[in-house]
Amino acid sequence: MEWLNAVLQGILLGGLYALLAAGLSLMFGVMRIVNLAHGVLAVVAAYLGYFLVDKLSVPAFLCIVIVIPVMAGIGYVLQLGLLNPAIARGGLAPILVTFGLAVVVTNLLQQFFSADTRSIQTGAIATDSIQINDEIAIGVFPLVTFIVGVVVIAGLQTYLSRSRTGRAMRAASDDKDAAQLMGIDNRRIYAIATAIALGVVGLAGVFLGMRTQFSPTYGDATLIFAFEAVIIGGLGSLWGTLIGGVVLGIAQAVGAQINPAYGILAGNLVFLAILAFRPTGLLQKAVNS
Amino acid sequence: MTIQESATMPVKVRRATKSSWTGLAVMTPILILLALGPYILGRGMQQNLVILFSLIVLGTMWNLLAGYGGMVSIGQQAYIGIGAYGLVYIADTLGIDPFLAVPLAVIIAGVLSLPISFLAFRLSGGYFAIGTWVIAEVVKLIVEQMDVLGAGSGVSFMAVTELSPGRRIAYVYWLSLIAVVIAVAVTYLLMRSRLGLGFTAIRDDSVAAGSLGVRVTRSKRIVYVIAGMGCALAGSMIAANTLRVQPESIFSVEYSAFMIFIVVIGGIGTIEGPIVGAIVFFALQQWLSDFGLWYLVILGLLAIIITLVLPRGIWGLISGNGKIRLFPVGYRLVNPLERFSLIKEKAPVGDGGAPNA
Amino acid sequence: MTLLKVDSIDVHYGDFQALYGVSVSVAAGETLAIIGANGAGKSTLMKALAGLMTPTAGSIAFEGRDVTAMPSFKRVGLGIALTPEGRRIFPSLSVEENLLVGGHTRRKGPWNLASVYEAFPLVADRKDRIGIHLSGGEQQAVAIGRALMSNPSLLLLDEVSLGLAPVVVEQIYAALPAITGAGTTVLVVEQDVNQALKVSDRVQCMLEGRTVLEGAAGTLTRDQIATAYFGI
Ligand SMILES: Nc1ncnc2c1ncn2[C@@H]1O[C@H](COP(=O)(O)OP(=O)(O)OP(=O)(O)O)[C@@H](O)[C@H]1O
Ligand SMILES: [Mg+2]
Repeated sequence: MEWLNAVLQGILLGGLYALLAAGLSLMFGVMRIVNLAHGVLAVVAAYLGYFLVDKLSVPAFLCIVIVIPVMAGIGYVLQLGLLNPAIARGGLAPILVTFGLAVVVTNLLQQFFSADTRSIQTGAIATDSIQINDEIAIGVFPLVTFIVGVVVIAGLQTYLSRSRTGRAMRAASDDKDAAQLMGIDNRRIYAIATAIALGVVGLAGVFLGMRTQFSPTYGDATLIFAFEAVIIGGLGSLWGTLIGGVVLGIAQAVGAQINPAYGILAGNLVFLAILAFRPTGLLQKAVNS
Repeated sequence: MTIQESATMPVKVRRATKSSWTGLAVMTPILILLALGPYILGRGMQQNLVILFSLIVLGTMWNLLAGYGGMVSIGQQAYIGIGAYGLVYIADTLGIDPFLAVPLAVIIAGVLSLPISFLAFRLSGGYFAIGTWVIAEVVKLIVEQMDVLGAGSGVSFMAVTELSPGRRIAYVYWLSLIAVVIAVAVTYLLMRSRLGLGFTAIRDDSVAAGSLGVRVTRSKRIVYVIAGMGCALAGSMIAANTLRVQPESIFSVEYSAFMIFIVVIGGIGTIEGPIVGAIVFFALQQWLSDFGLWYLVILGLLAIIITLVLPRGIWGLISGNGKIRLFPVGYRLVNPLERFSLIKEKAPVGDGGAPNA
Repeated sequence: MTLLKVDSIDVHYGDFQALYGVSVSVAAGETLAIIGANGAGKSTLMKALAGLMTPTAGSIAFEGRDVTAMPSFKRVGLGIALTPEGRRIFPSLSVEENLLVGGHTRRKGPWNLASVYEAFPLVADRKDRIGIHLSGGEQQAVAIGRALMSNPSLLLLDEVSLGLAPVVVEQIYAALPAITGAGTTVLVVEQDVNQALKVSDRVQCMLEGRTVLEGAAGTLTRDQIATAYFGI
């Protein structure tokens, strides 16, 4: 029974990972760049949430409404100011620039918020749970996170496949010169993609901050988990990213059930096993190459 | 530059340039002077220089990976840790002479890096970068579970404490200086070899190089293994210098940040770049040490700016974009009719230059 | 009325100069064919017109407006559309999505999904197929339909017939009257001189980056063209 419980908790945790990974997956899908500052940007969102709730007494769930647009705005500006020039430089530039950004932001957070751990107080919902039977209880907050994760991924998917801008993103991803010939301004399309990605990161970061204690360096683990979810699921597939998040969540929860010190290691090992035996991921290319 | 050109045009390949002889003339006395360090310098200064030397080795190795092989790794701390723990374990637990333990630790790192490369090479570009980091984290998590290696709290390096401190520090200093010479010499020779020529081709155009018979993956693997060994060498120097190895610090991703900053600031894709970068980095680190973590903020910003506006780094600026070379490795194609006309070389960080992009 | 006026442009690829002072003038409603051997600079001219390359000298005016340095995506909004050499169909998008992307700018005009399907029955049959699974002829038809979706006043067609069977070429050129009839001015690049003479009002022949012959399609002799084409 406790194993079943671990799997269940793992699935719910996977929803958070999928939410964290969706933006990474989207940016790679559209621009073929891996944003190494992705993790720390989620932590920025968590600090923003913390600041609003703790210092300005904004109601916990209302802060999301502020954090998402702020992060989206940051994403838009970041793309126009830094990432588009890096993409234009080509070669290793996008990797080096986003890595530099990650280091800069992490250390700025340390300067302003110190290395102490924080969390966003949510009140009763943090501990509420639905009792299934004597041994299994589902936390309301993890369940909400999971549902939001699924909804966001479904929404992104629909946006990419049905909307005019989503179609333009896929076209630019296929062939950016040809896309320009269709009247698509790549740089603006990229900025919109990054704005969406960071909006989702904002949501994920706030959930992260509500769920766990975080500190400025928490972005490292966040980036790694998001990355593992993307690779386990298969590049370029948002549903794959959801599955990858869930698989990673289960691996961590079951590993931690064996020994609390093994949680993260188990997740990493499952990732390496997928890399070794199924390098295209569990669900490759369901959507967009 | 392309191989096709050299196949069809009447060009001759030459490496030595006038400035490279000047380079040799400058380097030799500096090296001799540095070798005399323990007779001239205080212990604290020597220990500081060991840090600088290890940074040069690390930067040189990272440049080998990224500047020549096009692989951005943020997981080289795996090998730094393996070298450090390897040295301590072989010397202290197995009781083998510490100076023999260093090459043994380096070999162990090389042996481990081979199977690891098969995993890492399944990814490319930015995902390769994070993948190497995950691998480093796994190595750390495993070490933290091993009681023989002191688990989470780490180990002290005891074998050399029998020596008097002055002697010990001097030995470690010389060892580190030798490590720098080895790292630079290996890179130099590697780049002058056929492999090096292949790399220039890979860097310029991975697909074309592959079709030209340059075995891209194999060459990259060789470089990955050598870089792993070099980082292990630096790791063992760090352990011998600090006498203490702890998983959280020796496997810290900060080492990767340092390597990247060193190479980007100094100039990627040249041998001189990482040396210049390490010196600048070390100086900044010392100079800004009173400002807490601001030095990392400044270095990060510097790396971003340099990547975007000065992709050949400080060395590119000093050398007038490659006209001066202390280590002439890039093959310069020289038209025999016009001895000094050089065919334009591409920047390693340039448009579509890197295979992993 | 002059729709497009190119005034002695130079275009470079790095150090290599591909066009030397090329001038082109296209009146609204006429069909101009650019002919020339491989490497003459025809595609380079098309890229400069579409904004994928910026001339290093000279100017390009469209409907009296200087567009020399305007990026390609803005030119589409003004009414310049190019079906590029090699077709460049979006491989992961379906045929219909390819067409919809073609209509990204939402420029008003006669062309929409229905009218494109009507002009190219071949495309209508394949509308749910993914770009990567199309044959060469299908790709070319989709590429033209996609360009039409932006309702251009000037349509640039770069080597429509390249690599296609004569029957397919016939089918594709059969749609040309429908296009010009709807008010679109067409500029075709062709290597097949007969084809070019058949569909165009005027012909301009290029050689090594320069214009070497120009004239109404009916007035040029075969010898004149052969001399200009091969530079002998
Ligand atoms: N991307 C490029 N880089 C460098 N040179 C180029 C490039 N594209 C074309 N060229 C050169 O520019 C010249 C003109 O090429 P262009 O493609 O315009 O010729 P074309 O007339 O379209 O030929 P074709 O009939 O073979 O398509 C050629 O000498 C070609 O080698
Ligand atoms: Mg052409």
